[in-house]
Amino acid sequence: MAKATNSLPRTIAAHAILLLYTVIALAPVVVIVINSFKSRNAIFRTPLAPPTAETFDLIGYQTVLGQGDFLLYFQNSFIVTVGSLFLVLLFGAMAAFALAEYRFKGNTLMGLYLALGIMIPIRLGTVAILQLMVASGLVNTLTALILVYTAQGLPLCIFILSEFMKQVSDDLKDAGRIDGLSEYRIFFRLVLPLVRPAMATVAVFTMIPIWNDLWFPLILAPSESTKTITLGAQLFIGQYVTNWNAVLAALSLAILPVLILYVIFSRQLIRGITSGAVK
Amino acid sequence: MAEETERKRRRWHIAVFLAPAILVYTAIMILPLFGTLQLSLFTADGQSRVFAGLANFRQLFLDPRWSASFWNALGNNVWFFIIHMLVQNPIGILLAALLSSPKLRFSPFYRTAIFIPTILSFVIVGFTWKLILSPLWGVAPNLLDLIGLKSLFVPWLGKEQYALTTLGLISVWQFIGIPMMLIYAALLSIPDEVIEAAECDGITGMAQFWKIKLPLILPSIGIISVLTFVGNFNAFDLIYSAQGALAGPNYSTDILGTFLYRTFFGFQLQTGDPYMGSTIASMMFFIILAGVCLYLFAIQTRLRRYQF
Repeated sequence: MAKATNSLPRTIAAHAILLLYTVIALAPVVVIVINSFKSRNAIFRTPLAPPTAETFDLIGYQTVLGQGDFLLYFQNSFIVTVGSLFLVLLFGAMAAFALAEYRFKGNTLMGLYLALGIMIPIRLGTVAILQLMVASGLVNTLTALILVYTAQGLPLCIFILSEFMKQVSDDLKDAGRIDGLSEYRIFFRLVLPLVRPAMATVAVFTMIPIWNDLWFPLILAPSESTKTITLGAQLFIGQYVTNWNAVLAALSLAILPVLILYVIFSRQLIRGITSGAVK
Repeated sequence: MAEETERKRRRWHIAVFLAPAILVYTAIMILPLFGTLQLSLFTADGQSRVFAGLANFRQLFLDPRWSASFWNALGNNVWFFIIHMLVQNPIGILLAALLSSPKLRFSPFYRTAIFIPTILSFVIVGFTWKLILSPLWGVAPNLLDLIGLKSLFVPWLGKEQYALTTLGLISVWQFIGIPMMLIYAALLSIPDEVIEAAECDGITGMAQFWKIKLPLILPSIGIISVLTFVGNFNAFDLIYSAQGALAGPNYSTDILGTFLYRTFFGFQLQTGDPYMGSTIASMMFFIILAGVCLYLFAIQTRLRRYQF
């Protein structure tokens, strides 16, 4: 059956619009990255041209890697992201299992209480969070950031994972119980492996805002030894505004790790969104 | 008897499973949130803290030095939100509608590419656009020159009347992937029978989109609107990266997030004030809560009848 919706002019129009928007989405990133490989003169004379043999120059990257402590910042970001991610997934999965599996008094109420954090941003409690961290001596430690991001990530994680855990077959769990497995073993051995795809989706959703956050590193851990890459890049670029090579190189260095991770995980992420995990 | 102990043992499991999440969530999120609300009712008297009732809120609304900044930030924030609703969501829906047509080739490529800005941090996005729009570098004037519109170029981020709208559009550029993906997912979940029935009745193309698909994806549009609302009234990073804590030029891009940051931490000659900071944070809390409640009670319940 020839459908009117698939006629040639319509298809061309659809591709034209999508292609145009793809260019709008990618062009700024491409312009930054290609110019980071050019000499200062070429950056200004031909900003839209890719680097050629004469204009190729790595001076920006040399400045960045020589000046900033980017390796340390990168390491801090990595520790914070992986640490929070681990705690969010472990605590979140445990709570989601309790909410999905057992009937107990206050189950629904507990679910609602935890869901509150999906809509109300943790940032609004910043004043008291800072006081809490000062009182407990955690200011300027990565632990403070890990704790905050764990609290921030838990509500959505619990919400999504409990939906998935409800789908795990009861027969399987009951079979485990008859075989004498404890509830903990049922959770770790039977249920967790089955919801692994959902865990991966939650991981990607949790990771991006943590890696990119500027607010909490700026407020809770601005010291030199605890700066994350996002805060480090922000301060570095602010300092070197007139050194265009260095700024472009720093931006490119900040873009690349995220881009590589995205290319690796994009199928997981997109499948997660389109499977209706977030509704 | 045996059943009794069995049930008791079960109860312990539940507590163990729930405890870590509840503890961290309550200690780091809920208590500080209420702590902040509570702090907004206090003020500093020398070294000690004294109860001040609603005096901070009175100061925020009635003291001209505070109220001018507050209303400016709130007004800017509303405009920031309107830009998102008018530009981000319609374009997102259009892109999703195009992507979801069944025989479109390269659709995974488009999807992946258009989502890229969303994964970048605000710092990268803010500085990237600052450089591109900079009159010093000349990328934007050069591009306009290509289509013969060079005379239209203005340093948008540096002009009071354009800066906020420009930042709003930059934020739209960054986040368009989210409405696009959620609408795309909603469009894919429409059952084939509904579409086939529409085609049998001769409803195709644009008419099919407006009459059949759009009403079915309204719940998703509602969720996107409330997510946009919460995100916008909580925004800070992009403005801070591109314009600094002073949200220049002349506070024209100041929104509630940057206003909160300046009040709490101080800037230039003014010292930081945790009590007024809490007051502003509380106002943001009430605004976001009002928006979320409006959505939950007024919009979502009305939209539910379209669901399957």
